[in-house]
Amino acid sequence: MELQTTWFILWGLLWAIFFMTDGFDFGVGTLYPFLGKSDIDRRMMINSVGPLWDGNEVWLITAGGVTFAAFPKVYAVMFSTLYAPLLLILFALILRGVAFEFRGQIHSEGWKRIWDACIFIGSAAPALLFGVAFANIFRGIPFDANGLYHGNLLMLLNPYGILGGALFLVLFMLHGANWLAIKTTGDLHDRSVATAGKLWLAVVPLAVLFLVASFFATSLYDNYFKYPALFLVIIVTVAALLGVRYFIAKQYFFRAWFASAVTIVGATFFGIAGLFPTLYPSLNNPGASLTAFNASSSPLTLKIMLTVVLIFLPLVIAYQIWAYNLFKGKLTKHDLEY
Amino acid sequence: MDPVFLSRLQFAVATMFHFLFVPLTLGLSIIIAYMETKYARTGDTTYLRMTKFWGKLFLINFAVGVVTGITLEFQFGTNWSRYSEYVGDVFGSLLAIEPTMAFFLESTFIGIWVFGWKRLSAKAHAAVMWMVAIAGNFSAVWILTANGFMQHPVGYTIRNGRAEMTDFLALVFNKFALLEIVHMIPSALVLGAFFIMGISAYHLLKKQHVDLFTRSFKIALVIGLVSSLAVAFTGDLHAVHVSEVQPAKLAAMESHWETQTQAPIVLFAIPDEAAGKNAWEFGSIPGILSFMAFHDFNASVKGLADFPEEERPPVLLTFMGFRIMVGLGTLFILLTLVGFMKRNRLMESPGYLKIMMWAIPLPYIAIEMGWMVAEVGRQPWIVYGLMKTSQAASPIAGYQVMISLIAFILVYGLLGAVGFYLMAKKAIQGPEPETVQQ
Repeated sequence: MELQTTWFILWGLLWAIFFMTDGFDFGVGTLYPFLGKSDIDRRMMINSVGPLWDGNEVWLITAGGVTFAAFPKVYAVMFSTLYAPLLLILFALILRGVAFEFRGQIHSEGWKRIWDACIFIGSAAPALLFGVAFANIFRGIPFDANGLYHGNLLMLLNPYGILGGALFLVLFMLHGANWLAIKTTGDLHDRSVATAGKLWLAVVPLAVLFLVASFFATSLYDNYFKYPALFLVIIVTVAALLGVRYFIAKQYFFRAWFASAVTIVGATFFGIAGLFPTLYPSLNNPGASLTAFNASSSPLTLKIMLTVVLIFLPLVIAYQIWAYNLFKGKLTKHDLEY
Repeated sequence: MDPVFLSRLQFAVATMFHFLFVPLTLGLSIIIAYMETKYARTGDTTYLRMTKFWGKLFLINFAVGVVTGITLEFQFGTNWSRYSEYVGDVFGSLLAIEPTMAFFLESTFIGIWVFGWKRLSAKAHAAVMWMVAIAGNFSAVWILTANGFMQHPVGYTIRNGRAEMTDFLALVFNKFALLEIVHMIPSALVLGAFFIMGISAYHLLKKQHVDLFTRSFKIALVIGLVSSLAVAFTGDLHAVHVSEVQPAKLAAMESHWETQTQAPIVLFAIPDEAAGKNAWEFGSIPGILSFMAFHDFNASVKGLADFPEEERPPVLLTFMGFRIMVGLGTLFILLTLVGFMKRNRLMESPGYLKIMMWAIPLPYIAIEMGWMVAEVGRQPWIVYGLMKTSQAASPIAGYQVMISLIAFILVYGLLGAVGFYLMAKKAIQGPEPETVQQ
């Protein structure tokens, strides 16, 4: 396989892993004001992601860094044309990060309420905005051959973009609810399971609508008709989504969470496979579109980075699995002490 | 509204703020790891209480440091897209290796450290802190390697209208970057040590938790003394290298205008950049600059007047920054030397303790000044000799950058205020009483 193709797939994979891992953190944070009835509930919810969210967020840094290293032109044009939404996401992530740390430092209701709000905004806003951004990328962004953006922030809020945002948000909430079902006990557990069921009912129509709308709003399906084997991605994703419902009903919560993880990875790859070889399509100026072939680094850089990534990412995955394993099982009162 | 100027200001705000927290993370993590190792080895619970107390402050600081670092990686794309396109092939890889090799490790293990007290043995838990410390410092190494390329580009060629990598090892072993690393890491240790000594001094003056804070003070003192000597030593090597590869920066550091042999240093001056000379100077000592720069009193040192006006860095900031940094660096050596002589009678030296308490902000200032010299002194280049900062910005509207700059100042200002407030509060509260902890 050509180096550029390999890097294209890796690029998609990094974003998919980020959405899969930090996705449930975003979900838990979004559900936080709704499911966290008491202070104990809320601390349970924070601590369910407490040991892991920081490591999960690094997948974003790595996805960004790898975009820079492997496709510098994409990094330059994508992040400068998406200036406002990207900075909004980053500020939201800042609030979420410090909120987790700051909230418990002072025991006053008002203090906690401030950081509670930050946890919610810092989780829901990135979930929504990543969805809006990626749907718009699938659709194409109005920029020219000089990397100049011809549009404004509101143009990203077109119906397809909003649909993408809603789908991401609800999907991450479902993923988060599944996580809470694994981690919690008692009343919070029951409410998480019930919420997961309801969220599933919301995800299904949104997902169907998104698959249909993609046919009209994007040219993602061109690749699918050219290589019908790609429809497997959609089939696996839909099967995983159905699996979520089945496993929730059977009370296999870890499997339900795993299925929602696969759904998220599948949904990301639904778009990535449709985009190939384009990473960043221009909406009205197809000649300006940035592809794995016209926007990549030199072969030497791609080779060196591939070596680095192939050595270190498996290591990262190994110690992250170890960390997940170390903190597996239900949270107890013990875990609230820290 | 000029997007280049606003983007520069935004990057300066973001990095300088980020850098209020990073050095403490780097320095303190190593010292805490050492304290926890002592606990794991001896089972002495004072070391455990020390670890937990300094750990609490560390975590607040760590949180602000981490979240403010994320925006930096993305700002090269949002605000400096022309730069990113032009040198991404080289620079991007260094920036991407940092999370892959180091930041993943640090972030994953910090979670384990915070929540893993009951799930790991004391030894394993201490080992986790070492991972955090090593990974954090490794992160800095990669970031400095990336910065080293901007300061002194190596290992590349211009091809296909951009800089492309030709020699990865030349980048990794870039002498400029190595000197930055050996200067920066001990600086972080100095800051961490002064932080611990200052807070310990506060409690020792109040005669509370005397055992715990005497031990903390002494550990920090030794580390502070050794590191401040190392900082001065590597700083000298660094300055010599700067005079070779960035002569304009060296001239600005000294506000040195006319090329001459036996070049003097001035203790103080007010540069007049428009007239191309010093408006006022005081305490000129001949030959010293020649000696500092080339270790030869007779060497010729190129003056700013010999650089085209558009290739001179802003002199005042570079000159003042360098003076303050060197002055403070010297003070740190003196303070730790005095402390070392008084180490066994700290309680009888309230005057010294008081000075150390008020000295907490000084290493922060020194480090910020050091970076100002490095980055402002590099101007007008974003990559020295290769690309000018003015050509590097994104083609975006100035008002956008204006809005984000205001947002940066507000959000970061608030975060900083809360972060430092919480650290001060917890520092003053002191450690948990002995009875609660086992």
